[in-house]
Amino acid sequence: MDYSATTPVKKEVLDAMIPYFTENFGNPSSLYSIGLKSKAAITEAREKLAHLIGADPAEVFFTGSGSEADNWTLFGISDKLKAKGNHIITTKVEHHAILHSCEFLQKHGVDVTYVGVEKDGTVDLKELENAITDKTILISVMMINNEVGTIMPIKEIAEIAHKHGVLLHTDAVQALGNTPINVKEMGIDLMSMSAHKIYGPKGVGALYIRKGVNPSNYIHGGAQENKRRASTENLAGIVGFGVAAELAEKNLENHIKTCSELRDYFISQVEEKIPNVYINGNRTRRHPGNASITFEYIEGESILLLLDSVGVSVSTGSACSSASLTPSHVLTAMGIPVERIHGTVRFTVGDFTTKEDIDYVVENLVKIIARLREISSVNEKEGWK
Amino acid sequence: MAENTLYNEKVMEYFMNPKNVGEIENPDGKGVYGSPVCGDMMMITIKVDENDVLTDVKFKTFGCGSAIASSSMATEMIIGKTVEEALAVTNKQIVEELGGLPAVKIHCSVLAEHAIKCAIYDYAQKNGKTYKGLEGFDPNADDDDEGEGEGSCGGPACGTN
Repeated sequence: MDYSATTPVKKEVLDAMIPYFTENFGNPSSLYSIGLKSKAAITEAREKLAHLIGADPAEVFFTGSGSEADNWTLFGISDKLKAKGNHIITTKVEHHAILHSCEFLQKHGVDVTYVGVEKDGTVDLKELENAITDKTILISVMMINNEVGTIMPIKEIAEIAHKHGVLLHTDAVQALGNTPINVKEMGIDLMSMSAHKIYGPKGVGALYIRKGVNPSNYIHGGAQENKRRASTENLAGIVGFGVAAELAEKNLENHIKTCSELRDYFISQVEEKIPNVYINGNRTRRHPGNASITFEYIEGESILLLLDSVGVSVSTGSACSSASLTPSHVLTAMGIPVERIHGTVRFTVGDFTTKEDIDYVVENLVKIIARLREISSVNEKEGWK
Repeated sequence: MAENTLYNEKVMEYFMNPKNVGEIENPDGKGVYGSPVCGDMMMITIKVDENDVLTDVKFKTFGCGSAIASSSMATEMIIGKTVEEALAVTNKQIVEELGGLPAVKIHCSVLAEHAIKCAIYDYAQKNGKTYKGLEGFDPNADDDDEGEGEGSCGGPACGTN
């Protein structure tokens, strides 16, 4: 129940990848036949991914991860457009690949505005527009929030950005394959993606860069990726990404429908069988698999451990489970009281989740929550102290 | 049971099957330490007999696995001890008995030690007793010796609500 963390590689994806580890191992930069064969495989993968997002294949650049795509965007655009300005606008609920890169840039002369969000996790559009100055060079807003699943109004944000002559980047790592994306229709200038969230392999991501947008290079070296991103290509990984993208496009409608139905069934079961729960995030404009649930009066790591003991994997926003002991920045930005953040768990269903799985999780969850509430020094009767 | 590498087997055992969970009715002493805002809060209730021996200790804890395991271990360690002996139990001993805790979780054992002291302090106050082990114990002191910085979690310490 943690598909937003990562997904298993689908069999079709793995089958397509394997030959590129063994017989077709040629370096795509080599000019002899097995090298050319590798190059052709990359071209094909690029076409598949481009097709999924409505881009021209020449606008898709493979990277080592979604995080690298985010870093490339922030560093590349702030360098390229430094003559125009030094101001970036993002949100308080971004992935750390954005937030920590922005913090780094702030140490190097870039001004960053972190825009707040509504209670449901949607970025505050007014605040966003008001933050724009004549020094603003980039707005970066994620397409779907990874913790609470809220889908951001990217098209509207793009319109605001372009009205002021500012570029729009979106981190679509959670969105790819989980919501229809058309970069042209949505007005996206740059977009980060990752393979391992769509049943592809780990260690490969991509950055869509609209034709005419030219972030400075981030990884320097050879002439790979049309001289934009050095490194010998992760050949098998890219092939896998291509197949995963093709499958995601083919299954998109069905995936969204099946996952949302399962997720809604899960939420309704939880609400029916467990008292004192809150569902976080927007209830309709939402990642099809995501259920972010707060269980009052108990702490998330305890829930996580007990679920793990019955073979169920989840994530939590609790500070106690993070190395830094700080509670989730996303839930904090949404104005959720910190004692409730500690009791928040993210469940995500995916293509291999069944109704039986949901029933099994609910059955165990009911017992686990009751048990932890019995142990807890906080309870419904007396409330939070 | 799935193998968990976050905590060792003993910690997991004390978390999964905690001992002495509950709240003693009409306790001789009661201490609450920590805060839900910080992610962990323990309540300890104690029964003390005429020989100053802790005959029963129970806990209720809002918190993570190691907070629950630490509370459980701490109660087990002090049942049958005299009040003075119980006051001598340190968080280090609790960690040792648990076979170790991850570095970021050591504060959970500190919490358990303080919660016990809070309960005994309450008992001492109610009965006009003084203990060597409570010398220098300030129930209103902040538990800020973790280097968590100002305004972070820790104080105010004891509560009996």
